[in-house]
Amino acid sequence: MCREKPFHLPFFAPSSQILRLPSSSMAAAARRLSAASLPLRHHHLLLRPFASSASGQPPIAVETSVPFTGHKIEPPSRLVDTTPSELLSFFRDMTLMRRMEIAADSLYKSKLIRGFCHLYDGQEAVAIGLEAAITKKDAIITAYRDHCIFLARGGSLVESYAELMGRRSGCSKGKGGSMHFYKKDSGFFGGHGIVGAQVPLGCGLAFAQKYTKEGTVSFALYGDGAANQGQLFEALNISALWDLPVILVCENNHYGMGTAEWRAAKSPAYYKRGDYVPGLKVDGMDVLAVKQACKFAKEYALQNGPIILEMDTYRYHGHSMSDPGSTYRTRDEITGVRQERDPIERIRKLILSNEVATASELKDIEKEVRKEVDDAIAQAKEIPMPDPSELFTNVYVKGFGAEVFGADRKEVKAVLP
Amino acid sequence: FFFLGPSIDRKMWGIARRKNLGQALQKVLPAGSMTVREALNSALDEEMSADHSFLDGLESTRISKGLLEKYGPDRVLDTPITEAGFAGIGVGAAYYGLRPVVKFMIFNFSMQAIDHIINSAAKSNCMSVGQISVPIVFRGPNGANAGVDVQHSQCYAAWYAHPDPVVFLENELLYGESFPISAEVFDSSFCLPIGKAKIEREGKYVTITSFSKMVGHALQVDTFKGISAEVDDIVRAVKRACYRSILMAATT
Repeated sequence: MCREKPFHLPFFAPSSQILRLPSSSMAAAARRLSAASLPLRHHHLLLRPFASSASGQPPIAVETSVPFTGHKIEPPSRLVDTTPSELLSFFRDMTLMRRMEIAADSLYKSKLIRGFCHLYDGQEAVAIGLEAAITKKDAIITAYRDHCIFLARGGSLVESYAELMGRRSGCSKGKGGSMHFYKKDSGFFGGHGIVGAQVPLGCGLAFAQKYTKEGTVSFALYGDGAANQGQLFEALNISALWDLPVILVCENNHYGMGTAEWRAAKSPAYYKRGDYVPGLKVDGMDVLAVKQACKFAKEYALQNGPIILEMDTYRYHGHSMSDPGSTYRTRDEITGVRQERDPIERIRKLILSNEVATASELKDIEKEVRKEVDDAIAQAKEIPMPDPSELFTNVYVKGFGAEVFGADRKEVKAVLP
Repeated sequence: FFFLGPSIDRKMWGIARRKNLGQALQKVLPAGSMTVREALNSALDEEMSADHSFLDGLESTRISKGLLEKYGPDRVLDTPITEAGFAGIGVGAAYYGLRPVVKFMIFNFSMQAIDHIINSAAKSNCMSVGQISVPIVFRGPNGANAGVDVQHSQCYAAWYAHPDPVVFLENELLYGESFPISAEVFDSSFCLPIGKAKIEREGKYVTITSFSKMVGHALQVDTFKGISAEVDDIVRAVKRACYRSILMAATT
C-alpha cells in the first residue's frame, strides 16, 4: 500500500555545519595524530574513544545537524566535543554494524538464517551514540532489532552470527535466535519479541538500580510502533511517581512494521507524549547528537526521574526480512535518506574535513571491516547445531521433576531436574 | 515490592485496622494455630528480613500489616491500578536481581499482566539460556469467592501450573480461617517442598485430590457411602509432578 501524504525529511542536515578549530597548528597536530593512529589494528571489537586529556588529542567541537527540541526541559547545547580517535571509532563501529546487517541479509536469503531477522542498518548512530555516553554498568533493554545493540555492548561477531544461524556457540546457545541476544554482564537485558513489553521491564531495571543505589540508569529502547502501547504509559506513570532513573528512547524510524507513523499515532511527536515527563527530540542519524542527548538524559534521570528521547532515525531495510520495505514507502525516499542523512557518511565527511584521516585510510578501514565480517561468518558456519538434549536445558531454574515431552509423548521425553 | 492493585482510602483503612484490633482482642486463638492471613504476613515478614533485597507490596488488606512500618516505603510500595505496568516493573527488577512479590488484587486482573508473567518472566530463563532468571512471586486471591461476579471468581490454577515463576494462588474466603500448626512452623527457616502432594487423610478405596478451599470441602466427606476416602492436598504441587503422587495413591 502506498502512502498518500508526502514524506517530509524533518532534519535536512547540510554537511557544512561543522566547526573547525581556528589554529592551523591544531589541524596539523590532528593530522600528525591521525597518521600515528592509522592504520587501525585493534584487537577488540569496538573501539572506545579515549578521553582527550588522556591521549593528548586536541578536542574537536562539532555542531549537531539541528538543534535539539525540548518538551518541558531546556535542551542541551548543540555543540559537542569529540576527539579524532572518537570519530574514527564511530566510523569503524558503524561501518562494522552496517556490514554485519547487510551480510545477515545475504545469509537470510541463502536460508542460513531462518525465522525472524530484523535489521538495524540506517539506525547505527543510535546504538553507537548511546554507547559512547554511558558505561557498561548502565542497563539497556530493547525489542527485537537488537543485533547492533548487542555488538555495542561488547558482543562478538562470531557469537552473533552463530546465534543467527542457530549454532551452539551463539550467544544464546542457538536457542534464542535473532530476537533474543542477551549480555547481562554488560548490562544488556535483551532482546524481546513482544512489542512494548521491554518498556515496563526497563523501568523495573531502573527501579532495581535506584534500590541498590548504584548511580546508574536504564535505557528502554522502543520504536514508533510500540510508542502507542498502553503499558508504556502505565510504566511511565509509575516511574514518574517514584522518580526512577529510566530513559525511554523512542527510535522513531517512521514506520511501525508497514504502518507510517502518521497513520498509527494521532500525535507523532513521541518526545511530547510523556506529557508531564520531559522529552527531547534528537536527530538519530547524527551520532554526536545522540551522544550528547544520552549524556544529558543520564544526568537528568539520575537527579529527576524519567525522560523521553525521540531519535529521528530511519531503517533502510523493511521491518524484517519478510518485508521488502517498499510497499509502504518509495525507493526514492529510501535513497533520499541514504544520500542526505546517512550516519556513516556524516562521520566520513567530518573526518575528512577535520583531516583526521584520508579517504584512502577510511577505505582501508572499510576493507578491514568487510574482511572481519566475512571471517566471522566463515567461522560461525563451521560451528555445529546444538545437541537435541539442549531442548530441555534452562527451561526452568528448578524443574521440580516436571516431565516434558515432544509432540508424540514417546520419543522425545525428559524429566526436568 | 508491590502492591496489589489499588489501595483503599487511608481513612477507611485506618477504620478497618481499628476494627480488626478490636476483633483480635475479642477473639482468642487456640494455641498453635494461625489464620491464613497471619501465616501470609509472617511468611512475608520472615523472607523480607532474611533477604535484604526482598520486596513486598502494601495492600489495602491486613496481610501486609506492619510491613510498611518495619521495612519502609522503599520496600513496600503502593501502585496505581495498572497491572501491566507494575507487573512489568516487577519482572524488570527481578531481571536485575531483586526478589519482588507482586500482588494482584484478584487473579482475574493478572490477565492484564499475563504477557509479563508468561513472556517476560516464564520464558526468560529459557531464552537467555540461564543468564536471566526471574526470582519473582506473583500472589493474590484466586477462584471462588462470596457473591462476586464471574469476572472476579475465575480460578487460574490451570493457567499458571508451572514451576517458574512462582504464582501463589490464595483464596479470599480462607484468609480469616484459622488452622492448627505444629511448633516447627514458627521457625523462620521452615519451608515446605514444592512438587509433592500432601496426604491430608489416609483412606483405603478412593482418592480425592483437590487444592485450596476445596480441600476443606473434600475433608468433610466423612465416608463416601461407607467407603473410606483419602484426601490429597495438591496445593503445593506442580500439576505434572503430582501426577506421580496421585497415581501412587490411586494404585495402592
